[in-house]
Formats: sequence, structure tokens, C-alpha cells
Amino acid sequence: MQIAIASGKGGTGKTTLSVNLAARLCRTGHTVTLADCDVEEPNSHIFLSPAWTRTDEAHAPVPRIIQDRCVGTDCRICVNECRFKALAWMGEVMDFPELCHGCGLCMEACPAGAIVEASRVMGIINHGTADTGNGSSLRMLSGTLRIGEAMSPPLIRSLLEEAASPPYTEGIVLRDCPPGTSCPVITSLEGADYTILVTEPTPFGMHDLRLAVQTLRLLGQPFGVVVNRDGMSAEQEGTVLDGWLLEEHIPVLARFPYSRAAASACAEGTLLIDALPETTARYDALWKEVLTQMTRATGGSLHA
Amino acid sequence: MREILVISGKGGTGKTTITAALAASGPAKVIADCDVDAADLHLIARPDDTATTPFYSGQRAVFDSELCTQCGICQGKCRFNAIGSGVRHRAELCEGCGLCAYVCPAGAIRMTERLCGEWYHSVSRFGPMVHAALGIGEENSGKLVTTVRTESGKVAKEQGLEIILTDGPPGIGCPVIASLTNTDLALLVTEPTRSALHDLERIAELTRHFRVPAAVVLNKADIHAGLADEVRAWCRQANIPLLAEFGWSDDCTRAQLLGLTLVEFRREAWLPVFESLWRDMLALTQGGQPLPA
Repeated sequence: MQIAIASGKGGTGKTTLSVNLAARLCRTGHTVTLADCDVEEPNSHIFLSPAWTRTDEAHAPVPRIIQDRCVGTDCRICVNECRFKALAWMGEVMDFPELCHGCGLCMEACPAGAIVEASRVMGIINHGTADTGNGSSLRMLSGTLRIGEAMSPPLIRSLLEEAASPPYTEGIVLRDCPPGTSCPVITSLEGADYTILVTEPTPFGMHDLRLAVQTLRLLGQPFGVVVNRDGMSAEQEGTVLDGWLLEEHIPVLARFPYSRAAASACAEGTLLIDALPETTARYDALWKEVLTQMTRATGGSLHA
Repeated sequence: MREILVISGKGGTGKTTITAALAASGPAKVIADCDVDAADLHLIARPDDTATTPFYSGQRAVFDSELCTQCGICQGKCRFNAIGSGVRHRAELCEGCGLCAYVCPAGAIRMTERLCGEWYHSVSRFGPMVHAALGIGEENSGKLVTTVRTESGKVAKEQGLEIILTDGPPGIGCPVIASLTNTDLALLVTEPTRSALHDLERIAELTRHFRVPAAVVLNKADIHAGLADEVRAWCRQANIPLLAEFGWSDDCTRAQLLGLTLVEFRREAWLPVFESLWRDMLALTQGGQPLPA
């Protein structure tokens, strides 16, 4: 079961929700994997201090030109077909790997078999486990984009391929997604069974939630909303958000009240379920509601 | 002309709140919003859009179901899972590479120009503004960011304005790189949390990579005393000037609810703070040191 945790805006509490829900599910006997898909700014390890057991370089496919085989100036099919300007003609075919999307068209199109597939490093993928207490251990997968690398979706795709392979196929996979509504988020949401959208009751939070909702509707995937820092702004704004959610028939999965103590615990990198044990019941109720809503969305054919 | 970019690595640190307050203080300027994916500055600046321009970038495959023989070759070749079972095109996953059109034996796929969003020339109460909205699920945000920067540069030249103030996107990827290259100063907004400190280190590394001078503003400084000390120590060690510290304040949310900047919300409290930040930033972009407080 793949559950994504997303939000239009950064800083709404995605990672806080992801790490606490993951730890709580783990402590209550579930098999859980937390996949940190925010490869530009991975933060979930800060809260869970995992022991990394394996680090793999993640590669993206790029073309390698075998100049001896290239037909040369009369052909240039690869240069003309590449829509990303990753190949150029400068007396011979030159490649610009940082512009390459790894689509494979140049290799497919070359009539001389002069282009083969090579790869370049996008970043790393860490595998590990975090001890969550009570003898339970949480599986963790985390990607880290190389500094200066512009495209994160290929790294996210590799990460999600890992998350869809044994041993991670067993149990629940929680995906901590990047903010926004563009390609990195779309990649992170791809194939999720259900998405939890986290928002906060402010004009910025509400504006970005609308965009996130449009994204989920475009993908045709089921989702619900968690209102974080509930009560942080004037009563009126809470009403605006609630009214909108009601109007749009969007289920509210849980509410977490604004609390200075919670903010300090999060700042420290401590789990809320440890720092403020009364929040544990809220995470349990949230999970119950996610399962109910998922069952409803899939027409009752859910097997957890 | 000098460009000052406000970025944070991590979202939610108060980047837009601080950009808006800087917009309402300091010298005459063009304001730009390069967070094209989740633009929020317009919620405070409330600009009047004077010109809207559609933004086209890249291509997208279009399928002709009459010609399609359901052979499945395109589905097998597409590396982006953009063609689902039954040769159903999933436009939201399409990278526009054209491989499917190239391999289709029936000529059922053609490539068309892709509308990715739009950008706006506007007038706000802080001066001219250039901003944009990326379409849902669209890529090439880097190119849209570059468009916003080019256009804000043109406006500055036309109107004889010396300063461009830009609200940047979160992260360290394509949109941030497009915002950062050749800018004069990156103002890094952070907060005393483990996550923000981690992201500050990564964003500072990115500014070094592109040789852009950086300075730090510590927001919500009082939510964790120990971590605030760590941020201060990190700035000293990284040799990045810490220009200002703000405590956690209700004013931020209350001003946001009214669609106002901090400077407009409580002028006497906030204007001196942001005027002082402007003096330091301008000194840094002239290659000097920040002025003593």
C-alpha cells in the first residue's frame, strides 16, 4: 500500500506528519517503509536517526557517442531529433549530459548504431532502518540530489522503483513528497493509492492547497486533507478553509492544533508522539480515517 | 542594476513574508516572483495585471485514435510511463521527447507545442511587478523562471530602476538554479530548526557552486535558543554574514490575513528593521561589508 504525503506549499508540516505517522504505525505492529521523495531537501532522517545500511549511487541514462561509427555531417538525425538540445553538431556530435532527459530517442534513431547508453550520477539513494522503540524498526529509503543537478524526477523515479521492490513491497510505504505542483511532485505522486494533503489555515496555505487539489484531480487519485496548526490564525480564516473543503467535498482526515510546544519539539528534531504523547491518539485516528476514506474511494475493495 | 534574490532551501521559513516587507521598504525597485510553482507574493502585493502572456515550452505528444492500431510499440519504448495500458496517453507524465512519434509505424502520434503556464506584467503599490503561474503538473519551470527574470530586467531598464527584488522558489533544483545564476546577492532565510539548518547548508553550497554572494536572515529566532546559537555559529564558520534576526510574531499571520506586508501592518515596529536590512544588503552588493548596527 503506497500512501503519499504532499502539500502545495512548503513548511506546512509534511515531514512532521510523515515521520510521526511512520513511527506510530511501526510501534503498533505494522510493517512500514518511509520513502523520503523530497530529494532536494530530504529531512525525515533528522527525526528518525536511521542507521544507513546501504548507499547506492543513482544514475540516469545518457547517450555515449561512438565517433568511429558516426555517419557524420550528412546524417545528424540525433541532433535534429533531440528536443532537449542535449546533442549538438560541432564538426562531430557533442553531448551535453546535463540537458539530457534520458528518453533514448537518439539511440533509437541513429542509423549507424553509433550511440550507446551510458549513465551519469544524479545523486544517492540510502537504505536503512530506524529503531522506533518497543523493538520495532522502520525501514527507510531516502534520496539526495547532487548539488548543482537541476532535474530531480529521474532520482525520484529510481527511489520509487526501489520502494516498489522487495522487501519494501510488504506492508505500508509512506512517501514524503516535495512541495509544489510541478514535475517532482507529479513523479512522487505517481501510482500512490491515497494522498494525504497537509495544509495550514492561512491565505498562503489555502492558495497552495487549491493548486495541490487541482493536481490530485488531474491525476484522478483519491486524497484527503490534514489541517495542521489549526487555530493559528483568526477564527475567520479557519471558517474560510472549512467552508471551502465542505463545498469541494474534500474529507478532513485530521486536525492538529497550533502549539508552541509542538513547534519547539519539531525544531529540535524530536518526534511529536514522544514529546507530546497526547498527540499519539490523533495519529491513530488519522490512520483509521485514511483507511476508511481509501475504502470508500476504491469502492470497498481495499485489502490492507 | 542589481538583483537580490530571497531563497530558503526549506519552505515555510517566511521567505515570502520577508520579501513582501522588503518590497514595502528600501529603494525604488522592480519586484519579481520566481516561485512560479506555488507563487504567493501576489496574495500580499495584490498587483493589477496589465499584460498576460501565455508561456509555451517544449512539446507534448498528441494521439490520433483513428490511426492508432494499438500495436503497443510506443508504450514499450516510452521511458516515462506516459503511455498506459490500451495505448492511453497520460499527458501529465509526458516529457515531450518525441520518441513515441518517432517509432509509431502508423503515424498516429504528432508533437505539438505545449502551453505550460502564463506570466504577467503588473503594477503593484510597491512598483512594477513581474510574476507567473506554471500550469498544474507542468515542467520547464526553469525556463519560466528565466522568462520572469528577463522580463523584470527589461522593466528595470525601461523605468530606470536600479534594484530587482525577487522571491525565489524552494529547493535546490532547476527553478532555484535558474533564479540564482548571475544574481548579485542571495538572501537566505532560515529558522532555528534541525531541518532548516540542514537545508541552509545545502542551499549555501549551491550559492558557492554558482559563485553568488550570500547573506542570512534568521527568522523565528526565539522558537529554539540552542538551535538559534547553532545557526549563528554556522554563519560565522561559513563566513556568511547574518544580517538580521526576527522573533516569532503573530504579526506575520495577522498581516497575511489582511493582505498586508509587515511594514504596512505595524509601520513603527517593522519599517526600521527592514530599512536597516536594506542598507546591509545594498552595502554587500557593492562589495562592501554590512554597516554596523
